Amino acid sequence: MNEIIEVKGRSLWSDARGRFFQNKAAVAGLVALAFIVLISFIGPYFAVWSNEEIDWEVMGNAATLGMPSFASGHFFGTDDLGRDLYSRVLQGTRVSLMVGVIGAGISVLVGTVYGTVAGYVGGRTDQIMMRIVDILMSIPFMFVIILLLVVFGRSIGMLFLGIGLLSWLDMSRIVRGQTLTLKNKEFVEAARATGVSTPTIIRRHIVPNLLGIVAIYATLLVPLMILTESFISFLGLGVQEPLTSWGALISEGAGTIRYDTEWQLIAPLVFFVVTLFSFFFIGDGLRDALDPKDR
Amino acid sequence: MNQPILSVKDIKVWFDVRDDDAGGLLPKTKKLKAVDGVSFDLMPGETLGIVGESGCGKSTLARSIIRLVKATSGEAFWMGRDLLKLSNADMLAVRKDIQMIFQDPLASLNPRMTCGEIIAEPLKTHFSRMKKPERREKVRQMMEKVGMDPAWINRYPHEFSGGQCQRIGIARALITNPKLIICDEPVSALDVSVQAQVVNLLMALQAELGISLLFIAHDLSVVKHISSRIMVLYFGNVVEIGSAKQVTEDPQHEYTQKLIASVPIPDPRKEMARREIRRAKRAAAAG
Amino acid sequence: MNILEVKNLSVKFDTPDGVVNAVNDISFTIGTGKTLAIVGESGSGKSQTAFGIMGLLPKNGHAAGSVNYMDTEILNLREAEMNRFRANEIAMIFQDPMTSLNPYMRISKQLTEVLIHHKGMRKGEALKESIRMLDAVQIPDAANRVHMYPHEFSGGMRQRVMIAMSLLCGPKLLIADEPTTALDVTVQAEIMDLLIDLQEDFGMAIILITHDMAIVAGTCEDTLVMFGGNVMEYRPTLDLFDNPEHPYTKGLLEAVPRLDQDVQTLSTVSYDFLEGGKP
Repeated sequence: MNEIIEVKGRSLWSDARGRFFQNKAAVAGLVALAFIVLISFIGPYFAVWSNEEIDWEVMGNAATLGMPSFASGHFFGTDDLGRDLYSRVLQGTRVSLMVGVIGAGISVLVGTVYGTVAGYVGGRTDQIMMRIVDILMSIPFMFVIILLLVVFGRSIGMLFLGIGLLSWLDMSRIVRGQTLTLKNKEFVEAARATGVSTPTIIRRHIVPNLLGIVAIYATLLVPLMILTESFISFLGLGVQEPLTSWGALISEGAGTIRYDTEWQLIAPLVFFVVTLFSFFFIGDGLRDALDPKDR
Repeated sequence: MNQPILSVKDIKVWFDVRDDDAGGLLPKTKKLKAVDGVSFDLMPGETLGIVGESGCGKSTLARSIIRLVKATSGEAFWMGRDLLKLSNADMLAVRKDIQMIFQDPLASLNPRMTCGEIIAEPLKTHFSRMKKPERREKVRQMMEKVGMDPAWINRYPHEFSGGQCQRIGIARALITNPKLIICDEPVSALDVSVQAQVVNLLMALQAELGISLLFIAHDLSVVKHISSRIMVLYFGNVVEIGSAKQVTEDPQHEYTQKLIASVPIPDPRKEMARREIRRAKRAAAAG
Repeated sequence: MNILEVKNLSVKFDTPDGVVNAVNDISFTIGTGKTLAIVGESGSGKSQTAFGIMGLLPKNGHAAGSVNYMDTEILNLREAEMNRFRANEIAMIFQDPMTSLNPYMRISKQLTEVLIHHKGMRKGEALKESIRMLDAVQIPDAANRVHMYPHEFSGGMRQRVMIAMSLLCGPKLLIADEPTTALDVTVQAEIMDLLIDLQEDFGMAIILITHDMAIVAGTCEDTLVMFGGNVMEYRPTLDLFDNPEHPYTKGLLEAVPRLDQDVQTLSTVSYDFLEGGKP
């Protein structure tokens, strides 16, 4: 019995991966992001102070005694209450990243399912589904979230609910558009001619060919989620103490900048900006890698 | 057995399109009669060529028979049952026996699936109880049958040439042992040398397996070679139907005559003579 | 008199997978008012030859060799210089008329633009000349149709508009890249007849690039067969069809199904002439 050695195929994903890694900016973004994520989870093991502990010596004297230093264990300095900024920034990073990723995750899941069904089924169903999206989109996003938070109290759960309710709308529109294009392609026609059922067509033929666009959009969504949450926290309505996020930290830091405590602003701001830029570069890199050769 | 395997009676496929020429305030629609009353019979093991130019409705006709497009009226009797009136479940069972191959070899294959997965899909759909090893073995056998190296079973469509992609499409169509294959311009997008290979393959498979073919194309030379009978469509209507020899050598309808006169022949002297005839006709028409 | 002399033309492309030699060292000439067909399948390099001559290669494409138009070397001229030759002396028409015509501009604007730019005509004059040219390519009711948009024309008519546009400045050489591939066969015959008529009327030389041997048979005086970027055969058409010398040409001619012949199986092209076997 002769052994047929099967040749390994070179999928479009591996082609795209190759192109992605040739893009220096995208790789830099990926490295920076990986670094930040790593620090936010491993960093606390190196922390001297926890994020709640108040350093009584520094309290009230932040401007003079709260500066970043290795000796005192406050690597990023302290805030006005004497709490260690290193721990707080790392914890804020975890919260913000979580909000961003989970928010984008909900958006991708709900938006993809909604969009593919509307796009593929078409007709009346599509019209109704998209009109619902239009109506929901016209609701002022910020207003609703703020209202929810004020009425039902500030909690991370409420934050997720608000963001989750409204983040999938854009994604569903994009996915629907792509589905409409894919629906008319010959390989989908071939599947229908073979007798493949509609759910299987969506799962096997439509979704895998959407993933590129969805991935690109998801990388743009994460910063958007983070920005939204940061803005809400900046207003003072976000996560509750002792939990904190970049928005809250930046808000505090910006408020005390007159008192020569720049580090209180700089530390969270740097994390914030680097992460956002990383996502943008990765998103750009993904688009360039996936877009042109997609035959 | 002298009963036709497929008997199409007066199929009409009309689309509603926007009527920009109509007056009035509200948008009006008018009917685009893509297929306007087509009837024909197909015998088991026979190849019927369907020719016509763009807009004649040949692709729409093919798709309406297997319900990829909804026919407005008419009947399509397959082994005694009207395909257009079957329930979805019954139609699914029939799809095992009627398969289709498409024009654009690369576009008719899902770029994210391997060659093996593409060919196996009809098996997964119609023989869901079949186990993976058995399925894979069938796929390999089919690849060999259409002249492809089974070692390439894990390759992706973009790694194959146009001709090879079309072979994958043919393998996919054959794997459920269909009785009829509808070929929608299967060689139009291929180079001449590859076209010959694919046409020969289709004819060999047909001779071996006794499959009927509906061969749709705009290239009359290829259609004549592969078909026993030819049907000529013009704007949704059948203008001529007969044996391949008769339609190409003794066309009755004016449009068929024009069509045949336009098909270039790779013979310089003949072509120049034909051109002079056409020139004379034009001069006569103008004068 | 030779209007175009191509010597040792090579076209290479830089790709992520390495350098691709699209055209390898080909040479041919075409005389005033003569017709040459460049025949080949996909990947043979026939279109790239034309793009190389016209200076239309993309950024990663490089042409080398010599292209001599009426005693002037035109290969790799700078854009501004090459533009003097384009449309005026050498015109080109492409396969898909929908993508070579701007869908947002009326035909009148696209046609008059060429005349205003190259011949310095005034708008009124340019419009008159455009209508005259549309008549010459047998567009019915040209005076009214000239103001329409490309999508309002059928495929065959759009190609006629393209031909009209290419003739506006009275070029001495027309390069037609697969002009009828996207058209129905009845329209194809009409367009090819039109091209030959115009060629005779205007005394224009035509290089016809195609994959269809049958079209070549009735239209061109000389034929050049390409494969893999190389010239397989280059002879007068009549000779080539009567006595093909190269096995590839023989194979191509035999593989084409003919309306006037009956064969059992189509013969396929054998690639034995390649040292390494089929690529």
